[in-house]
Amino acid sequence: MARVVSNSAADYDFVVLGGGAAGIIAAESAAALGAKTALIEERKLGGTCLNTGCIPSKTLIRAANAYAEMRGGSRYGARDLEDVVVDFPAAMERVRRVRDRILRRVAAPSLVLKSVEVHAGKAIFGGVDSVAVGGKTLRFKKALIATGSRPRIPPIPGLEETGYWTNESIFELTELPRRLLVLGGGPLGCELAQAFRRLGSQVIIVQREPMFLRQEERDAAQILSASLARDGVEIHLNTTVPRVYSEGGEQRADLLTDGDKRTVAFDGILVGVGRTPNVVGLNLEAAGVAFDRENGVRVDDFLRTTNPRVFAAGDACFEHQFAHIEAASSRIVVRNALKRGRYRVSGLTIPWCTYTDPEIAHVGLYVRQARETGIPIKTFTVLLHDVDRAVCDGEEEGFVKIHLKEGTDRILGATVVARHAGEMINELTLAIGAGLGLRSLARVIHPYPTQAGAVAMAAAAYLAGLQVKKRAYVLVPK
Amino acid sequence: MADGVRENVARDETLLDRLQRTAFGYFLERTDPGTGLTADTSRDGSPASIAVAGFALASLPAAAERGWLSRADAAARALATLRFFWNSAQSEAPVATGFRGFYYHFLDMRTGLRAWQSELSPIDTTFLLAGGLACAAYFSEKSAEEKEIRALAEALYDRVDWRWAQNGQETVAHGWKPECGFLHYGWEGYNEAALLYVLGLASRTHPLTRGSFAAWTTTYQWENIYGHDLLYSGPLFVHQFSHAWIDFRGIRDRFMREKRCDYFENSRRAVQVQREYARRNPNDYEGYDENAWGFTAGDGPAPATLRVRGRERRFAGYAARGAPFGPDDGTISPSAVIASLPFAPELAWPAIRHLLERYPGLARDGRLTSGFNPTLAGAAPEGWTSEGSFGLDQGIAVLMLENHRSGLIWSLMRRCPAVATGLRRAGFRGGWLAS
Repeated sequence: MARVVSNSAADYDFVVLGGGAAGIIAAESAAALGAKTALIEERKLGGTCLNTGCIPSKTLIRAANAYAEMRGGSRYGARDLEDVVVDFPAAMERVRRVRDRILRRVAAPSLVLKSVEVHAGKAIFGGVDSVAVGGKTLRFKKALIATGSRPRIPPIPGLEETGYWTNESIFELTELPRRLLVLGGGPLGCELAQAFRRLGSQVIIVQREPMFLRQEERDAAQILSASLARDGVEIHLNTTVPRVYSEGGEQRADLLTDGDKRTVAFDGILVGVGRTPNVVGLNLEAAGVAFDRENGVRVDDFLRTTNPRVFAAGDACFEHQFAHIEAASSRIVVRNALKRGRYRVSGLTIPWCTYTDPEIAHVGLYVRQARETGIPIKTFTVLLHDVDRAVCDGEEEGFVKIHLKEGTDRILGATVVARHAGEMINELTLAIGAGLGLRSLARVIHPYPTQAGAVAMAAAAYLAGLQVKKRAYVLVPK
Repeated sequence: MADGVRENVARDETLLDRLQRTAFGYFLERTDPGTGLTADTSRDGSPASIAVAGFALASLPAAAERGWLSRADAAARALATLRFFWNSAQSEAPVATGFRGFYYHFLDMRTGLRAWQSELSPIDTTFLLAGGLACAAYFSEKSAEEKEIRALAEALYDRVDWRWAQNGQETVAHGWKPECGFLHYGWEGYNEAALLYVLGLASRTHPLTRGSFAAWTTTYQWENIYGHDLLYSGPLFVHQFSHAWIDFRGIRDRFMREKRCDYFENSRRAVQVQREYARRNPNDYEGYDENAWGFTAGDGPAPATLRVRGRERRFAGYAARGAPFGPDDGTISPSAVIASLPFAPELAWPAIRHLLERYPGLARDGRLTSGFNPTLAGAAPEGWTSEGSFGLDQGIAVLMLENHRSGLIWSLMRRCPAVATGLRRAGFRGGWLAS
């Protein structure tokens, strides 16, 4: 490991490697504090989320859901439109238009106006306090590695020859693939499998694990499975792909499920089996920054690397790779790096959401995590089929589960499965972050009827339990 | 006792006897006298199921006690089955009967060799072994036949390499296949595997690691659903299959001590949740109400999406149905209601009567169908009705009816050292374990 020594005056207070969500927010925040800040980005500003991730996928999902609603009008007392013609090029054109519109907000001129110097090119550390870009050397007092991640490509024989799409290329399509094979049952795979099916592709999804969204609650994953199946997605769980190949003018893949082999034909493959942090080629060794190729940069709870001048944020160092985590972690870095803050990443309350229909959102601890650490936990569950607004909306599939530390009203975590779970999780995130218990949420008036009223129903169930205990005590005093 | 009450009790007892005896009849009809293997279903070409063989074995003491078989006949049947399993091919080869003491889930009825490329199944082997151990506890006399039953049941149990089935993990793998090795997921979370861990922990030869039971419970979820606090699992068979053998009344592991509950009471609450789900009937299925529930693993119409009375419905074939999270396609399994009798007789009895009165076609020649679906209209009010019979449905009905009526299976298994030892090693205390 290199020793951290610097003898020269710095050109910049803060240098940010990476112009994705984490990098942009960090650079802007640092500049706002008066720090002389530079940002280095090799490709387009905006990073994965804006260019090839959340924004294009959510826009495409909106189009796909519109078509699904047209076909399924009878659920709402309307007519099903039987012969809906999907205009895929129009949907993709809107994806690009929306992306460009949002990108305008974070484009380079705006950053310059906020006194951040933007350097285009590949960043390479030259030492513990310098980084080179485009032939220039930038010396820094503090630096942030926010280089993001890229799609992980599984080593499947024939895949390179056959070709594949990832999130970096799928949104450039202009023609709908007739048969799409999706590798991976994580958020990206599930969201796009459902979206492309609703847009008219025949979709086969292959997942190595026995359920989708490996980390989520089993009931949530089960509802997602049922939803995908109802849409007509062909599901293969516990399945691997030993090879892909061309035969008889067709592209084919062998699928292996618990030792049973079958072959499927496809016109395109979408790879969504996870992401790899972008840490190779930065010459991190010269900077004295420890890392590994699988898990990225090693950081402590303050997001400091093994070089105290250098911090990391976002996909480059986190298992959970979401834009809002990038943003939250980059704010911690700015405060810790430039304001001598002592903010810990473990203090963050981080929600996330998979934008399938229904959406699956989670915040805080899972039951399994609580039990593994010996925390007694009790879950209050409200089924959406008991929530009046969900019934009105024809969106009864799902639930709200709120996990409490047993014997208290302290909320440890929550999972919401609902059409708009990503919105509903916010109330519970706020409660956890602000230390509000379920008893407090019981006092919050929720407009009636709303699907978020499910949270109030869970709180009411908690209070009802207390009443029962109190009555039992009165009947059987000590 | 007033005359009216006495008459009702007698009528109920007659009905129970008829249901139990006709269910037991499945084993008489579908067990190969040579191999002692029992068919998975009554359908043509059905292979044998080793789990069904276990249920068949455990039903023999009940049959002998109730006079449906002589003790000698029951012992002979038990011996045929146990001898077959002891003498059958144990090898790593793709075509064998078992390996490492475990058996393949499905076997050819004639040859006893692996069928359907099925997996070497720890859970189904567990039910087979439990059937043998129930027989060993019952056939306790000094005759050569009964001695051999005891010896074979113990030998089969001792031969199982439970530790191997953990594949280096804390939980037990779902299965193993010669073609691909271990299936890469384990038995964890609340499911029917309690008995597996109990027997595996008690093994004298290759026991499970001490932490295995705790690992199984790591994904338990204690939930408040419809106002009931319970260890949730959707399908009723999860709350019944291990309970058919183990008397969980009053004994508690660490988790249940923490929750001030026990697994028996938990099964009762699972019945209450199913009943409440059916009463609310959120998906508007035909026939559901507080006396028409019973969602479990069982036969269903077939995988299909159909428009029924203006609404699109997705149906499944054989599947594990559950409540309240589903999957649910309108199919009710009568055996799940029967098997709820020990836990919640005041809820199960009205349901049994209601189902039999409203849907007379459920019992063909007195034997209950695996499932019916009134939403999928048929000629009769019960709508779609499963063809033939499934061994597991008949088996759970025989054993749970016996437990409800006499507690015989529970009593036998309480005398089984492996069960008591395994429970203690899993952390169970109190109740009958204390005595």
